Order: sequence, then structure tokens, then C-alpha cells
Amino acid sequence: MTTTRALGSTTGVEITFILVGLLTFGAAVLTVTVRNLVHAALWLVVALGGLAGCYLLLAAEFVAWVQVLIYVGAVAVLLLFGLMLTRAPIGRTTELDSNNRWAALVVGLATAGVLVTVIADAVRSTWFDPRAVVADGTAKAVGSSLFQYWVLPFEVLSVLLLAALVGAIVLSRRDVSDQDQYQDQYQAPAAQALTEQSPTPEAEV
Amino acid sequence: MHAVSPLTLAALLFAVGVYGMLVRRNAVAVLMAVELLLNAVNLNLVTFSALLRDRLGMGQVFTIFLITVAAAETGLGLAIVLMLYRNRGTAAIDDARELGEDGALGLKRLPSPTPPAASENDKAVAK
Repeated sequence: MTTTRALGSTTGVEITFILVGLLTFGAAVLTVTVRNLVHAALWLVVALGGLAGCYLLLAAEFVAWVQVLIYVGAVAVLLLFGLMLTRAPIGRTTELDSNNRWAALVVGLATAGVLVTVIADAVRSTWFDPRAVVADGTAKAVGSSLFQYWVLPFEVLSVLLLAALVGAIVLSRRDVSDQDQYQDQYQAPAAQALTEQSPTPEAEV
Repeated sequence: MHAVSPLTLAALLFAVGVYGMLVRRNAVAVLMAVELLLNAVNLNLVTFSALLRDRLGMGQVFTIFLITVAAAETGLGLAIVLMLYRNRGTAAIDDARELGEDGALGLKRLPSPTPPAASENDKAVAK
């Protein structure tokens, strides 16, 4: 678990990690506190990109590029689309936070306090060298372990993605829920007009 | 590298996500906070993968699984938020309290929501 590195020595990798981590943490704080919703989404992009940098420093390069592709690429665009489609307030607004800010602050600080205390105490004397396991993070290594040991979860995951895709399409299509409204609005008056012009069957009889 | 720095970063990100999830009103902003929570867990997985040197690559493979699940969750969540917006004209989750009792926990039932007025675009689509 621990390497033979002399205790307390700080490497360049660690200093870089702390700097990137501070950037990530600051961007995350801005994501949840900034008053402009679009700016919050863009700060989230910074935070996720910083996390990709952290993965690189932890020698998980394949995960880092997956993070850039999916989070920074796809999820951020999806969130911006969500903001656009729900006509979210684009500018600065004060309606973004709910009234229970103090309760949220207390819960957040308590979470941070408990987690950081427990973790710092648990791994107080644990050092590791990410570069010693660098072969585990390449696309080749991750791919071979993915398709050797984790094939069944992988396949289950593709079924899950298919289900999520179908669910999202069903939820967001318009024509199902609008069909009745459409008939009421356009077809029913037309049919009524037709029956008013032409003599009704009862009248003929 | 000291194991404290990545694990502390993950714990702090998790706490920030918890705070954001509780404090935001807009449902899309709440989804952003949920992304922060999931990413904190991802960082933990990657760190422990390097720390424990797992032979099966479990930490990194599970990180990729989690990224996939999070992407699916975001897609479905946004679809649900979109339905909420279409049916009620707002994406603020404070206004969606049909399940709350009157007076329970100090909640007051809001006046019945009015559906959003059909915009020009919607009319054009309907025609």
C-alpha cells in the first residue's frame, strides 16, 4: 500500500495536484454559489476539466480522456440545452437559491467536516506513487481488464443506456400528449363546421 | 504523493455538491450539483485504484461505468425537468410540492399552476 518513498517528501506531481485540486474546488464552489445560471454551467465545465487533470496526475489517463469526452463534451452541452429549453433566466438573478440557504450551509459544512476529519485520520501515514502503476491507466490496460473481467457489467450497462435513451425520447416527445389537444383544437371545430353546413342524418330522417 | 490530498479533494467536492443540491431552486442547477457528487465518488475510485494497485483494474473500470451511468442520469433527468417545465411552466423544484400536506413542515400549498402559454413556435409546430 505504501511505497518506500521517504515520508514527508513532496514531489512535483503532488504540488501540481494540489494546485489543480484548488482550481477544481474553487470552480465547484462557484458552480453552486454563482448567481448566473449559465456561468454556473461554465464553472462546472472548469471543475470537470480540472478533475480530468487530477485523473491524469493520478496516472489514469484513459479515464481522464473519457472524462473530457463525456463530461466536458457531452454533459455540459446537455446541461446548457436544458437551461435553454426550460427558458432559465440567462442573466443575473436572485431567484436561484431557495430559502433554506443556512440549513444547506450547515449540512454542507457538517458533511465536509466529518468526511475530511475521518479521511485525514484514516490515511494519515499513507503515501503512494501513481507513476509506479502507470501501466494500469492506459487504454490498453483498462480495455483488457474491462473485457476480461468486467464483460457482464459492461453489457448490462449498454442495456441500461438503451433504456435511458428510450426513456428520454418517450418523456420528451411532444406528439403523444399533444394529440388530444390537437384534435380538440383543430379537428373538432372543423368537424363541427361540417355538420353545421350539411344537414344532419337525423334531419334527413 | 500523500494519499490525503486526493481524498480530501474528493470529500470537499462531495460536500460542495451536497450544499448545491440543497440550496438551488432550479432543477437544472440541482442536476449540476449531482454531477459534482458523482465526480467526487469518481475521484475516490481512481485514487483507491492507484493506492491499492488492484489487479483487475476495478477502480478505473468502475469509474468509466459511473461516468456512463451519470450521463444516462443527466439525460433522463433533463427529460423529466423538461416535462415539469412543459406541464407547470417553471423548472423551480420548490414549486412542485403536490405531494406535501398543507401545513406540514411549514409548507404552504401554492396556487394551482397555470400551464405555459403556447408560444408562436409551439403553434407553428402544432400546425
